[in-house]
Amino acid sequence: MEVQDQESLGRWDGLGSRDASSRTEAMENICQDVMRKVEAIGPMPALAPSPPASGSPPNSDLNDILAHLLMLSKRCPFEDVKEQCIRLLQAVQDLGVRIPRPLGNGPSRFIPEKEILQVSKVDARTQSIFEDAFAALGRLDNISLVMGFHPQYLESFLRTQHYLLQMDGPLSLHYRHYIGIMAAARHQCSYLVNLHVNDFLQVGGDPKWLNGLDEAPQKLQQLGELNKILAHRPWLLTKEHIERLLKAEEHSWSLAELIHAVVLLTHYHSLASFTFGCGITPEIHCDGGHTFRPPSLSQYCMCDIANGNSHANHHDDLLGNQDMCGEVEVLMERMKQLQECRDDEEASQEEMATRFEREKTESMLVVTAEDEECVPSRDISRHFEDPSYGYKDFSRRGEHVPTFRVQDYSWEDHGFSLVNRLYPDVGQMLDEKFQMAYNLTYNTMATHKDVDTSMLRRAIWNYIHCMFGIRYDDYDYGEINQLLDRSFKIYIKTMVCSPEKTTKRMYESFWRQFQHSEKVHVNLLLMEARMQAELLYALRAITRYMT
Amino acid sequence: MEKMSRVTTALSSNTISGRTMFCHLDAPANAISVCRDATQVVVAGRNIFKIYGLEEEQFVEKLNLRVGRKPSLNFSCADVMWHQMEENLLATAATNGAVVTWNLGKPSRNKQDQLFTEHKRTVNKVCFHPTEVYMLLSGSQDGFMKCFDLRKKESVSTFSGQSESVRDVQFSMKDYFTFAASFENGNVQLWDIRRPDRYERMFTAHTGPVFCCDWHPDDRGWLATGGRDKMVKVWDMTTNRAKEIYCVQTIASVARVKWRPERKFHLATCSMMVDHNIYVWDIRRPFIPFATFEEHKDVTTGIVWRHQHDPHFLLSGSKDSTLYQHMFKDATRPVDKANPEGLCFGLLGDLAFAAKESLISSDANRKPYPGGDRRYPIFFFKKPDPTEQFAHVSSALTVFETDLDSNRMDWFVKTAQLYLLSGKPFAELCDHNAKVAQELKRPQVSTTWTMLRIMFSDPANLTTPGPNHNLSKLGTLPLMNSFSMKEMGSGMGTESRLERSKGDSRQDNIHLEPGNSHISNNNEENEETEGSDGQAEYMFGDAELDDDDLYSVEHDNQTEEQEYALPQEAFQLRHEIMDNPSAPEHLQQDKADSPHVSGNEAEVTCLTPIESFSLISISQPLYSPHLPASFFCPIVREMLSHYAEQGDVQMAVSVLIVLGERIRKEIDDLTQEHWYMSYIDLLQRFELWNVSNEVIKLSTCSAITCLNQTSTTLHINCSNCKRPMSNKGWICDRCHQCASVCAVCHHVVKGLFVWCQGCSHGGHLEHMMNWLKSSAHCPAGCGHLCEYT
Repeated sequence: MEVQDQESLGRWDGLGSRDASSRTEAMENICQDVMRKVEAIGPMPALAPSPPASGSPPNSDLNDILAHLLMLSKRCPFEDVKEQCIRLLQAVQDLGVRIPRPLGNGPSRFIPEKEILQVSKVDARTQSIFEDAFAALGRLDNISLVMGFHPQYLESFLRTQHYLLQMDGPLSLHYRHYIGIMAAARHQCSYLVNLHVNDFLQVGGDPKWLNGLDEAPQKLQQLGELNKILAHRPWLLTKEHIERLLKAEEHSWSLAELIHAVVLLTHYHSLASFTFGCGITPEIHCDGGHTFRPPSLSQYCMCDIANGNSHANHHDDLLGNQDMCGEVEVLMERMKQLQECRDDEEASQEEMATRFEREKTESMLVVTAEDEECVPSRDISRHFEDPSYGYKDFSRRGEHVPTFRVQDYSWEDHGFSLVNRLYPDVGQMLDEKFQMAYNLTYNTMATHKDVDTSMLRRAIWNYIHCMFGIRYDDYDYGEINQLLDRSFKIYIKTMVCSPEKTTKRMYESFWRQFQHSEKVHVNLLLMEARMQAELLYALRAITRYMT
Repeated sequence: MEKMSRVTTALSSNTISGRTMFCHLDAPANAISVCRDATQVVVAGRNIFKIYGLEEEQFVEKLNLRVGRKPSLNFSCADVMWHQMEENLLATAATNGAVVTWNLGKPSRNKQDQLFTEHKRTVNKVCFHPTEVYMLLSGSQDGFMKCFDLRKKESVSTFSGQSESVRDVQFSMKDYFTFAASFENGNVQLWDIRRPDRYERMFTAHTGPVFCCDWHPDDRGWLATGGRDKMVKVWDMTTNRAKEIYCVQTIASVARVKWRPERKFHLATCSMMVDHNIYVWDIRRPFIPFATFEEHKDVTTGIVWRHQHDPHFLLSGSKDSTLYQHMFKDATRPVDKANPEGLCFGLLGDLAFAAKESLISSDANRKPYPGGDRRYPIFFFKKPDPTEQFAHVSSALTVFETDLDSNRMDWFVKTAQLYLLSGKPFAELCDHNAKVAQELKRPQVSTTWTMLRIMFSDPANLTTPGPNHNLSKLGTLPLMNSFSMKEMGSGMGTESRLERSKGDSRQDNIHLEPGNSHISNNNEENEETEGSDGQAEYMFGDAELDDDDLYSVEHDNQTEEQEYALPQEAFQLRHEIMDNPSAPEHLQQDKADSPHVSGNEAEVTCLTPIESFSLISISQPLYSPHLPASFFCPIVREMLSHYAEQGDVQMAVSVLIVLGERIRKEIDDLTQEHWYMSYIDLLQRFELWNVSNEVIKLSTCSAITCLNQTSTTLHINCSNCKRPMSNKGWICDRCHQCASVCAVCHHVVKGLFVWCQGCSHGGHLEHMMNWLKSSAHCPAGCGHLCEYT
């Protein structure tokens, strides 16, 4: 099995080259290989009534290759490879072999495929980032494609992620991927779990670990608690948790390893938010991304059904749009007012404090999508323990979230120094990424140009931090109420706290007139703000442990 | 002098005294500031805003400014400053963006004077003008700096930092109109207070935020900045471009920096994270803090010198909720603990050694290094400053240049290549190796080999092979001969005894080296000799020595013996030389019982410097007339460990291999394995693959021999379809053709296969060689111009 893995690894390597001729060469090898396999199987598959999943081993091997080809034919940033893959698939089909077809439409369920793929064709920079990413990983994942709307950010994101997963660091490669799996599984994000299960096996991880956390080394099991708390109630993190991890005799973590793990955990928690928030569909070559069944009459795709989305929704939207047609203008008007009237009504200090508390409490009560108990997909739940532990549990009980003053422990002053001290260069990268997300603007809102969106961005950022109990002394939380309407708050709340419950309806019901790229921008903000909030709590606990 | 007089006037009115002391605050402090006459200090933080009096023995709480039922955020201070002209005036920067002034002269409990809420974000810093009473400057996270006239309700001017957050603002001490601002993006700007439209000058000081800056109190052009990049930099602002003149690298991000009064080159820093100490640096000596205060248990957030003209008192507030007064005399001086010696290897193996001059000066032979003067600490350029408190340490730098030949590892390579480890009788191996070592000018090693031979060879055997080899010029080792000659000389009289011992030791010999054919040959010869029953006859008959030869050899021997004693005196290395010369001699001489004995014994004792050992070795043989080889094992073991410890693992392993069974059981497997591994590693680094392989093969450790069993598989691709050959055998399972066909004879190659790396065609080694002798093109007809080298 392993031999095959390595073999197939090498097979796709050449395609990532920037040199056209070596790509062609690699492609030719693949062609020969596929043809040989097809011949070896003979005409059997076309007649065989058995479903492809239960095919003989060489057959499934071929199917993997075909799925990969399908992925390439859709996603490869190099046109020549794309075309050849299509041609090859066609040729295989002509030989009577059943070829797969992609499930779902494009990288995201929420955003039309056309819009996403257009991006790379227009912008040379995006194209070159895609090519780099493809060369490094041999694939272009759907997350990157969606982020392609914002190439500046994407570059920073990919660099950080590459550093965290591949470059020098205190943790071994398979540990990193396993931690990624743990974190993503906390949010039942099958997309990320699948992606990293593959990577985990490729870097030589023990497949046994994938049966559940119980099978993993004691050291990783201990991280489970931290994972759980960080994902759902980071404010409960204390230095005792840290101490328990660092002083566990032979299973203990070193500080540097812990920082690495914490960064990975927070990265994948927030990435899970993004994945659900943008409705990222499974990778074509992964499980659930393609099917060998012929298209059925029904046009529903599987995941849409699972999430309770039907086509009826689309009609609703059209109607809804008319009601909300002045939404953008209203929002802009409010921003203007806030800017102008700022000094007129000077709220008292107590008032400010209550506003924060109110916003915080309210954020707890914002009802996330009810009645849609998400069905955890087949094998995700085994990666984490205590699946019932979630954000919802305590928000219903009205548990009080203590206030964290950002002036006392901020990323810029404190968090950065700690991370950079223990895991050099990562502090810098995260810092850039945060700033990039926070400062990203095109000065547009929907169809309007030259708008200063800083106020809106700050409101979103601070609202998310507010949900985690992080307070900025110098912010008037009344602004949030003015700028963020209820449907938007629901979306944010769901995405940050229980992303698995995000639905297409939610995505569509906020900011109806805004472009998809702007909604992706919002998602980036949410993701980074969440990551920073989790990091702040984790790093504060570590700092307290150290002092 | 003028300055000094002013100091005295300032101090004379109110002489400061006190001791290192602290008091507990109720809450973590964010900043502290001291009033002009140094009698009171204000502490501000999120939940604290108090004034303490500084008394001789303790801090006394004077006033709590945090009044009112519901504490507002205006009390949550990020920074505080006490006016240096007006002693009732204080300003704070609040985390919610407010700038508040306080008038202590107010009769009411609430001393709040003015409230400016013009900043949109947290205000990081407030700063009063040093000489102007009503002028206040603030810098905020929102990227603006505002100048307030305290007589007005609003700011008089606003300076924009282009939406970069301002971390610190400081009025220049000397230039009335100038102030410096430091930014989160690493820049520092200089502004003229009269021109709010544009900064006068900007430069990038740090990577990452610049948390603090401070003007030098005396020198108008110097600005110190500290940043998240863990550096403190001192800038000379008098030139056209801001020039970095000093740089101190600390271990954590720098939160505050304050010049020490009256000390031109000193400044104090504290850090924002992780490190809780306060350091006072001499900027000319940036590698080690001049003084350290280690009292705080959490990060220090505010430092201030108690009086602007007194360098001996430092006040600090911390997150651990304490306020400290540090006496400078109580500070720890890291310099005292620092190691005054430095040692460093150069690229080419040179060794530089620096130490206090006093330590080295006794060494008369020392030659000063020509470049050494350059290395003297910089501050010796200046004439010593009376205020300078560093002990003047002048260090001497010595550089030891190893001469190139001995430095190179040539000897290692040569030795590795030339040593014989197997394939010959033990004695010959020893001789050969000794010779190799001798030629490489390693007399000690050479001697060791020789001794090993003596120790472990059968003494009787020595008689025959010794002269034999000498004559055939295989080994010119006179030492060997010396013993045989002596024995011969003495042996003449006592033949019978000699024979017995010979027989016994032959038995030993057989046990010890069953595999060594040559030695068994010798034994056969010996048997013959026994039969012939004539030692002398055997000697002369077999070796064909005549008297002249004998003499000459004996002569050689004596000179050699003296030479050979030399290293002993020079090195005093006990275990390898110690009793080797004596023991065999005595052994033989005892056996021989000749008149030589007494004289020789005396000779030996005077030659060996370590008498205890020689005594033992002398006494020992007296009991047992013939010494089993195992007697030496502990000594040899000790010797091998010695070599290994000295870094000559080559010697250790070589001896180990050559001695084989004789010594192997004496040394535990782990050590052996360790030596083998080290040696193999070294060999491979020198790319001596063959030698390393030989060593692996000859080693007896299972862990080592299995090294040769690993990665013995060579994966190949089929030459036709370019797919990996997964099956065993010669036929590719994909294209069903024979892979690796010889391009010349078209038969499958089983054995050595050579192929061109350019066109990947190839075949039998011989065929290819022949083909390419006559033709330049590939035999497969692909047109490639192959080369055979």
